[in-house]
Amino acid sequence: MSLVSFVKSLLVSSELDEQINRIRKPIGTLGYDPWGYNNEAVKFGFSLVKPIYEKYFRTEAHGVDHIPAEGPVLIIGNHSGQLPIDGILVGYALASRKKNPRIPRAMIERFFPTVPWLGNLLNEVGAVLGDPVNCARMLANNEAIIVFPEGVRGSGKLYRDRYKLQRFGAGFMHLAMKYNAAVVPVGIVGCEETVPSIANIKPLAKALSVPYVPLALPIVFPAKVHLNFGPPMYFKGGDFSDAEIDERVDQVKTEINRLIEKGLTERKRLF
Amino acid sequence: MPAHKNKQPKPSILITGAAGALAQQVIQRLRETCNLVAVDARVRVELGDQIPSYCIDFNKRTFEDLFRRYQFDTVIHMGRIRSSQLSRMRRYNANVLGTQKLLDLSHKYGIRRVVVLSTYHVYGAMAYNPALIDESAPLKSAGLSADLIDSVELENLASIYLWRYPELNISVLRPCNIVGPSVRNTIAKLLASPLAPVMAGFSPMMQFIHIDDMADAIVLASQKPTRGIFNVAPNDWVAYQRALELCGCTRVPIPSVPPALPRLILRTIGLKRFPAYLMDFFKYPVVIDGRAFENEYGFTPKRSLKEIFRFYRDNKKPL
Repeated sequence: MSLVSFVKSLLVSSELDEQINRIRKPIGTLGYDPWGYNNEAVKFGFSLVKPIYEKYFRTEAHGVDHIPAEGPVLIIGNHSGQLPIDGILVGYALASRKKNPRIPRAMIERFFPTVPWLGNLLNEVGAVLGDPVNCARMLANNEAIIVFPEGVRGSGKLYRDRYKLQRFGAGFMHLAMKYNAAVVPVGIVGCEETVPSIANIKPLAKALSVPYVPLALPIVFPAKVHLNFGPPMYFKGGDFSDAEIDERVDQVKTEINRLIEKGLTERKRLF
Repeated sequence: MPAHKNKQPKPSILITGAAGALAQQVIQRLRETCNLVAVDARVRVELGDQIPSYCIDFNKRTFEDLFRRYQFDTVIHMGRIRSSQLSRMRRYNANVLGTQKLLDLSHKYGIRRVVVLSTYHVYGAMAYNPALIDESAPLKSAGLSADLIDSVELENLASIYLWRYPELNISVLRPCNIVGPSVRNTIAKLLASPLAPVMAGFSPMMQFIHIDDMADAIVLASQKPTRGIFNVAPNDWVAYQRALELCGCTRVPIPSVPPALPRLILRTIGLKRFPAYLMDFFKYPVVIDGRAFENEYGFTPKRSLKEIFRFYRDNKKPL
């Protein structure tokens, strides 16, 4: 038995193996898709995230069944916590749901593909360079895609700005309209407290060519995470002005704000 | 009516780059049905009595004599000198000026079909490439590596002639990595070798097409005069390091960051099968979308990735 098969036998149960195999993905003969997604890597990732999702962050997901079982979907959430933990938890919630699980894709910062090992690892578990062309092609492939339209403005914000939505890019709305994709808003509560940052060390970030370097403790706090998914929103395509598109983006933002409020109300304590 | 009166004359085809493995495959496929003339700027290829074969520099006057003598209907230009061969200046002369001469002569002598073999390298490898790049994507490689400028220039020329002289019916084919028996390009040498360098921490998605499939694609293209630029790649993908594993190669990681370090290492070692100018192709994916060609020409590659890699694994020479 090779080392990989041995580790796989320890980590991946046959039940999980079957479960992931059952989820149909547009992959080639060697298990890869054009963006580097790999079924085998997903099985490992799923097994490793399970205890983090269930035990470390004790994640509570409500309304995950709002995500349609098939067809193009954009899961739009608030980004927070310096690290992309929120994306991982949202992805796991959908991949592990009882009825019609789906393995979602996530649009990631342009900086990640330049990082050795991490870039490939993220690609293998479904993350994709946040390029509109990529997003469009995947929607055409009927994928469910996690998008944080705030980008680094959201993930890199300081603790004092927690749960304040930053400016949303409108790219997701253009794509949702073009591809008739369902927009499922999600309010994520708890990730802001995982890596609270009090400042951004900009000169260091510039020197390292990274979007930000948080001044924070080198620890990820086990904050309890609440994910609240809202009902899918549909936006008809057509020729709209930027102001009209922004109005639609604001509708999604308002819904996410409502879901964040819901999560904050549900939350009894931080940890 | 006698049968021979209905018989169509065999089309006359000029094939450049005839010494290459791919050209040989194309010649094998067309030799029965077409009158072929083979040309290579490097060597004279022995193709038997049926096929006249020449070693001619396209920029020499004698090249035009071939057009006068044989009255070609079609030109299949596979004579692009790869970036791993010759100096930049000689490549420029052969690939850019030579191609211009070829296209000028094609126009002058009323050629009705020109197929130009290019490469997916013209898109350039960079971290921000989306996947499934289509034919209208910008050709970034000229800005990324001076060694690929002549390949991009060749394409630009073909595009200019494509619009200026529509009667030439030019098609440019941009294939992904061509591999298989007797292929001697960079990637094929890597898959064939027992030790293969990799950029530590990077395993970009790649596409491979078997030489037989590529030869079929060129033959199809030569027979249907649809103008345009087409990617040629199967709808199947694999990570570079996984491909090496499947070929039975031992991977040798080269430190990959900061980018200046691997460049320095590769230039110092001077490995022909892992040149510094292709370094980024082993870091970042250049995944092309071959569906336009498939739809236009009804082309489906027959050899799977597994079959391709099995060949390399079974023919691995021990160290």
